[in-house]
Amino acid sequence: MCAILAAAALDELQLLRFTGIEHLFDTDAFPAAAQVWRCLGTCRHSLWEVTGMMGVGVASVQVTPASTLSERLDVPGGRPSYPVIEPLTVLLPGGGLRRGSVIAVRGSLLLLLALLAEATVQGTWAAVIGVGDLGVLAAAEAGVVVRRLALIPRPGPDLAPVAAALLDGVGLVALAGADGLPARARQSLAARARQRGSVLLPLGQWPGADVELVCRVETWHGAEGGYGRLRSREVVVRAVGRGAAARPRAARLLLPGPGGAVTKALRHLAIKAVL
Amino acid sequence: MPARVMVVWCPDWPVTAGVAAEDLAARAPAAVVSANRIVACSATARAQGVRCGQRRREAQGCCPELVVLTDDPDRDARAFEPVAAAVEGLAPGVEVVCPGLIALPARGPARYFGGEAAVAERIVDVIATQARVECQVGIADGLFAATLAAHRGLLVPPQGSAGFLAPLSITELHQDATGVDRAALVDLLHRLGLRTLGAFAALPVDDIASRFGLDGVRAHRLARGLGERPLARRDPPADLTVTRRFDPPLDRVDAVAFASREPAEQLHAALAARGLACIRLGISACTEAGEELHRVWRCAEPLTASGIADRVRWQLDGWLTSRDCRPSTGITLLQLTPEEVIGGQALQRGLWGESGEDDERAGRALVRVQAMLGPDAVFTGVIGGGRDPTDRVRLVPWGDDRVPARGAEDPLAGSSMCTEDPLAGSSMCTASPWPGRLPAPSPSRVFTRPLPAEVLDDAGCVVGVSGRGRLTGVPYRIAMDGNPPRRVLAWAGPWPVEERWWEPGGGRRCARMQAVLDVTGPADDPLAVLLACETGHWRVEGIYE
Repeated sequence: MCAILAAAALDELQLLRFTGIEHLFDTDAFPAAAQVWRCLGTCRHSLWEVTGMMGVGVASVQVTPASTLSERLDVPGGRPSYPVIEPLTVLLPGGGLRRGSVIAVRGSLLLLLALLAEATVQGTWAAVIGVGDLGVLAAAEAGVVVRRLALIPRPGPDLAPVAAALLDGVGLVALAGADGLPARARQSLAARARQRGSVLLPLGQWPGADVELVCRVETWHGAEGGYGRLRSREVVVRAVGRGAAARPRAARLLLPGPGGAVTKALRHLAIKAVL
Repeated sequence: MPARVMVVWCPDWPVTAGVAAEDLAARAPAAVVSANRIVACSATARAQGVRCGQRRREAQGCCPELVVLTDDPDRDARAFEPVAAAVEGLAPGVEVVCPGLIALPARGPARYFGGEAAVAERIVDVIATQARVECQVGIADGLFAATLAAHRGLLVPPQGSAGFLAPLSITELHQDATGVDRAALVDLLHRLGLRTLGAFAALPVDDIASRFGLDGVRAHRLARGLGERPLARRDPPADLTVTRRFDPPLDRVDAVAFASREPAEQLHAALAARGLACIRLGISACTEAGEELHRVWRCAEPLTASGIADRVRWQLDGWLTSRDCRPSTGITLLQLTPEEVIGGQALQRGLWGESGEDDERAGRALVRVQAMLGPDAVFTGVIGGGRDPTDRVRLVPWGDDRVPARGAEDPLAGSSMCTEDPLAGSSMCTASPWPGRLPAPSPSRVFTRPLPAEVLDDAGCVVGVSGRGRLTGVPYRIAMDGNPPRRVLAWAGPWPVEERWWEPGGGRRCARMQAVLDVTGPADDPLAVLLACETGHWRVEGIYE
C-alpha cells in the first residue's frame, strides 16, 4: 500500500534527507498506509515518502506540496472524511470533515450542530465541550442523533485534557471556550486530532485552523409584528482556510430552515458580492 | 408456579424387571416380596386379589400359582436403564426419579414435537418398541401432580394441577416420589376427616404449619398443586470482592496501571465462573495514612475484564492526580466489589453491528472524562414530551439508563429513543399529545437559568401580558440580563401556556414570545430570542444562535 501511494506521487517528488521523524515509525504495528497517512497528517504541507521505513530509524524522504495532493488524501486506502449534510458540502474541501483537521466555527452554534449531523447518523460519535446550555432539541432538529452526542457542559480548568481524552475515542469533538487556551495546548490538541484521525471543531477563533467557517445572519423569516412565528433564518457562511481550503467559498443557507433542518436558501445570491 | 413436568411411569416396575430377569411369561401372576410383605404385583395377580401390603401367604392363598420374586433394587435399576435411554433419545433433561419413574421438562419436547399429546404418544411408542415395556405418561405442573397424572395416563392442562388433585384421595400423598414416609401424617389426616387432597388443601397454611410442622407444610404445598418448596430464589451471591494489598504503597500512575490489571482479571474470572457480569463496580482504596476512598462506577454495558481494569486504573489515576482530594500518601489497599451483577449472556455482542467499535471507543473516552471530572460531568440528551425546550430534554449522565422525563408523541423524539435505543426506552414510548408545544425550529441555546429581561414599548413603558393572554403594549425595545436595550426588529406571540392547573400549587401559567433583536454594532448579528413572561416578569428562555 505504501508503495502504491508513493508511486502515485513519485512524479512530483523531490529527494530530501529527513532525520527528525523516527518517532513516527517506532512501531511496526501499523499498516504501511496508515503510516503514510499519519506522516501526511503531521507534515501538512508535504507528502513524505519513506523508503525502507519498517524497522529503520532514519530514512530518506521524498516530498511534494500537499496542496496538489490533497485530492488524493481521501483514497480508499486512507480513511474517508466524515460526511456532512448536502447544503454544507460546498463549504468544505473534499465535501466533508477531513479526519485529523481543525475546523473552526464562528458566529453560530447551530452551524456547528449541523456539521455534526450527518456523521452521527452514520454511527460516528460527537462531543460538545463547554457549551452549558446547548439546545439538544435544536440539535435533533438539525439532524443530529442525540444518542451519539455527548455533552460535557462544565469542563472547568481541565478543558484541554478533557478534549484530548475525547479526541482519542470520539470522532468529532466540538470545543467552546478555547480562546483562553495557551498556544501550546492548542497545538497539542490539533496534533492529537491529527494523530487519532478525529476532527476538532472549536467554536470561536482558532489560529491555524484548516478551515474557518464564519456565519453571518442576514435575516429572520416568519415573524412579523406579532403575527406568525420564527420559521427560518437566512445566513451567509463563508469558509476560509489553508491548503486545499485556501480558495474562499461561501454559501447562502437557511439555518435553521423550516422544521429546523439546514437547507439551501432559495433566493440566489451573487457570491462575489458577499465576498 | 411449578414448571410443566412430564412423568413417564412404568407400572409395577419391580415385577416387570423381575419377570424379565427370571425369563418368565409376561402374563404370569407375579409379586415382589420384601420382609414377607407384597411390595409390587403384576396386573394378572392383582386381578386375582393380590394387593400390596399383604403377607406372602395371604397372597398365595388368593392366587396359588403366584410367582414370588425377591426384592432387588439393583436389578430394578439395571433393567430400567434401556427405558431411560429410550426417553433420552427423544428429549433432553431426563431425570430418573426412581426405577420405574422418569421426570423431564415438558415445555421443550412439547414445542419440538408439536404438542404435549404428540410427545406422550411418541414416548409410549418408543419405549414399547425399544425397551419392550409398557408405560404411561402424565403431564402436569409440578412433579407430584405429574406423577399422579401418569398413574392415570392424563395430560392435566396448565394451571390445572390444583383442580386435578382436589378430588383425589388423601392417601395419594404416599405417592410422593421423593421417598418421604408420610404414612403417619396421612393416617392422622384420614382420621381427622380429611379424605381428599382438596379438603386438605383448603386448610389455611398457617394452621398446617402450627399443627403439623414443616413436613405438614410440604405435604400441604403438594396437595395445593405447588412445588414442594417455594420458587427457588437466587442463591445469595458469594462474596466476590477482590482485595489487594500493596507493599510498597502505590503512589505513581504507572505503578497503578500495572497493579490494576491483575485484580480486575481475577474479579472478572470469578464473576464469569458464576455466569455473571458486573454493571456496577465499587472501587475502594485505603491509603497508608488511613484515608478511605470509595467510588461506584455504573455502566450501561456489562464490564469486561479490560473494562474493569480501565475503570480501576482511571479511578486510582484520578485519585492520585486530583488537585483537591489527593490522598496524602500512597495507596496500600485496593478493593473491587461487584455492586450489581447481571447474567453474563448480556456480554454477547449484537449480530448486526450494534454495540459496535465506534460506540465502544466513544464509551471508553467518555468514561475517561468521567474519571477526570466526576460521574455527573458527561451527559447525553434524551428527548421526551413537553411544551417547551427545557421540558422536552433530559440530560442523562453517561452510563445511566436513557429514559425520557415524559412520554413523547412526535417522530423526532420517537426516532431518538425507540428505534435508536431498543434497550433503554422502548417500554417508555407512551404517546402523549402536547398541544401548545413550540414548533420547530427550537432555540440552539436553552438557558437552564433563564436570563431576566425587560420588554419596553416605544414610550419606554414596561410591556406585560394581560390575564386574557394579550400584550399590554407593542414591544419596541428589549433589554436582556441588564444589558442596554436592543431594538425589536420583529416579534411574534404571545402564546399563553397553562400547565398542570389541576394540581394544587403545581400549576404553571406563562406566555411565550419570540423576538428578533437588532444589531448593536457592525460586528454584531441580529439575535432571535425566546421570551417567557411568568408572574409579570420576562425571562429569556433561549436564543436562536
